[in-house]
Amino acid sequence: MAFTLGSHILLVPFGVALPAITLLMHYRGLRKGDAVALLLARRWSAVMAVQFAIGIVTGTVLSFELGLLWPGMMGRWGDVFGLGFGVEAWAFFLEAILIAIYLYGWRRLKPWTHFWLGLPLPLAALMGAFGIVAANAWMNTPRGFDLDASGNPVDVDVRKAIFTPMLGPEYWHFVVGVVLTAGYVVAGVYAVGWLRGRRDRYHRLGFTVPFSVAAILTPVQFVLGDSIARSVFHEQPVKFAATELVWKTDTHVPEYMFGRLHPDGTISGGIKIPQLDSILAGFSPDTEVTGLTSVPASDRPTATQATIAHWAFDIMVTIGSLLMLLALWYGWCWLRRRDLPRSRWFFRCAALAGGACLLTVECGWITTEVGRQPWIVYENMRVSEAVTDTPASSLWVMLGIVVVVYVLVLGAFLAVLLKMSRGWRLADEGALSGATAGDVEGDTPYGPRPLSTTAGVDGGRE
Amino acid sequence: MIEDAVAWVLLAAVAAYACAGGTDYGAGFWDLLAGGAERGRRPRWLIDHAMAPVWETNNVWLIFVLVVMWTGFPVLFQTVFTAMWLPLALAAVGLVLRGAGFALRKPTRRLARRRVYGVVFAVSSVVTPFFLGAVVGGLATGRVAPGTKASADVWSNGTSVIAGLLTVAATAFLGAVFLTADARRFDAVDLVGYFRLRAWASLGVIAVLAVVGLVVTDDDARYVHDGLTSGIGLALVLVAAVGALATAALLYRTATGWARVTAVGSVALVVVAWGLAQRPYLIPTSLTVSQAAGASTTLRWLMLVTVIAVVLVGPPLVLLYRLDTAGALQPLTEADLRRTAAGREPESP
Repeated sequence: MAFTLGSHILLVPFGVALPAITLLMHYRGLRKGDAVALLLARRWSAVMAVQFAIGIVTGTVLSFELGLLWPGMMGRWGDVFGLGFGVEAWAFFLEAILIAIYLYGWRRLKPWTHFWLGLPLPLAALMGAFGIVAANAWMNTPRGFDLDASGNPVDVDVRKAIFTPMLGPEYWHFVVGVVLTAGYVVAGVYAVGWLRGRRDRYHRLGFTVPFSVAAILTPVQFVLGDSIARSVFHEQPVKFAATELVWKTDTHVPEYMFGRLHPDGTISGGIKIPQLDSILAGFSPDTEVTGLTSVPASDRPTATQATIAHWAFDIMVTIGSLLMLLALWYGWCWLRRRDLPRSRWFFRCAALAGGACLLTVECGWITTEVGRQPWIVYENMRVSEAVTDTPASSLWVMLGIVVVVYVLVLGAFLAVLLKMSRGWRLADEGALSGATAGDVEGDTPYGPRPLSTTAGVDGGRE
Repeated sequence: MIEDAVAWVLLAAVAAYACAGGTDYGAGFWDLLAGGAERGRRPRWLIDHAMAPVWETNNVWLIFVLVVMWTGFPVLFQTVFTAMWLPLALAAVGLVLRGAGFALRKPTRRLARRRVYGVVFAVSSVVTPFFLGAVVGGLATGRVAPGTKASADVWSNGTSVIAGLLTVAATAFLGAVFLTADARRFDAVDLVGYFRLRAWASLGVIAVLAVVGLVVTDDDARYVHDGLTSGIGLALVLVAAVGALATAALLYRTATGWARVTAVGSVALVVVAWGLAQRPYLIPTSLTVSQAAGASTTLRWLMLVTVIAVVLVGPPLVLLYRLDTAGALQPLTEADLRRTAAGREPESP
């Protein structure tokens, strides 16, 4: 489950944010009659098609896995927090329909009709994200039910179960995070092209639009990240203690950058900054921070789990801070000269930013999931109670199969994307030098070439 | 009361998935049987074109089925996924491979690669519905009850196998009917006869399997067997059979548009008949609808979400299918993506 979720979450930024960035480019193309922008939008939508298909299958598998791996959790809590998924399912449905219309509408629909039909796409995606984040926020701060004598939930209050305290911070942090990530990744592709000397308007536009979106959102995310950390401090003190490696409840708590927690409560390695943790949590060194030892050992993450959550959190914060510098650099040049920075180092950093962002998405997820250990439903159900009683051996075999399948699928996915972009680049360069792009085995190994003249303008080409 | 309404929503979603998803699986089935790269070229071209705009939408019904299941009937969800662990896990793997195979085949251009993706897509198009059908068959036998541990017996009995095979045959039937209509729509005259023949053949197979199933379920799945051979269940099955025969006739008369309606109708009716035959049980004789139901506030909210969703999703869904059948949806061609715009010259040489 962790593995498939971990893979799926890498696709999420593109499922949610790529339509938005594509539509932005599309709008620019239509508004200014900009052929380069339209070409970019078309190509991005071709990428979107493949990406969305892969995302939909990994997403379907996730809903299977909820049953295959966590039957205990779904059996007992399904009716309390499942509704978020209900919202998500319908939103996703809408997204699938709209994306089909958008992807296949390029040729025959009127340009502006096509654009307007695509416009609700990001909204549907945001609604879907809302449902999923609501479910996860509930797992972090479960509300909206009472327990009867045998520990089963009764008197479900759906509104409270959806609008839990963690929902707001988690949702906005998530939304901004994914748009940011998609922006940096797309821009990174063109930054690489730029570094390789392809300095034309196509690359400039492909870089500027997504990078600007991401750069504007970076400081926003900084504030949101700070706010979610403080929400965790208030709502899930033990998790906060794990991510900050706080052993004993105390005031004037120091902040550790990295470092490793031992089972006896000592911390080795890392950089210690006196008092900072208390200041960050409550704006004053006198703030009392709850420590891991405030709860019995069985109710808190182990030293290893805490270290993992702490590292994930610190990596996320570090990368976030570096991205902030990058965004400032960009903003400075833009204000001064209305132009991109000239330094090659800027583009090198920009090329790396996408990958770094994906890493932070993964780290953010690890922080929230590992930091919650040993609870699957915070303070209400342990992971061990929720897990299937299928023998561990068959689970391992299954995991093996799933890992192999995913590696193959994601590998093939990347290979196809690289192939597509290479093909386009060759076509572009071929067109520049006046030659037509040759292709090795033809466009359509399946299907006949000319279908018939009535089949439309594409004449039977794929 | 409210739990009955949610049970109907669940049944409707299952029927919708059987029809929409089933058509796609059927297309994959015929892709598998289309023969080598040369011989299967034209059928595969048609399958690709017909499926591409709608297959993702068709797939989402399954997610909705699962969501309604765990939100509305958490105990049912827990029971089914615990007892039917292996077939469901295999179906899940099949789903990944199928979607990925289909999605990656389109933009891939080298023949050898396309073959690999195509085989993956086609094989899992058969495996997945088989296991899903086997799960349904296993439930119908009453071998599963809340607390049942995973075991091979619950899904590898006669009823399960027949149900699995019937599911595959039904998807093949739906797929062939739709592809016949698509062949006409795309003016591929030679493929009309090709797929019409296959639709008839799969109908024959369904008839044989149904007779065998009748014998097998007589003592293996008594409760559902009785429900389907008497009263309203029998009536629906008979109407469905008439619908299937009408489909065959309509295909002959070249009224392929109407054939799609009757084919979908007959498959949906069989699903509804099965649901009615199980009444009042979700799992025959061990778990009733009211026993499995979740908290009633949640169920009311689920209905509300469903109603809002029908209002929001319904019109775009209709629009999608209308645009699709009107031929307004076409994939971007390579030429569109390669056509180079001005502004590609280096800015500062």
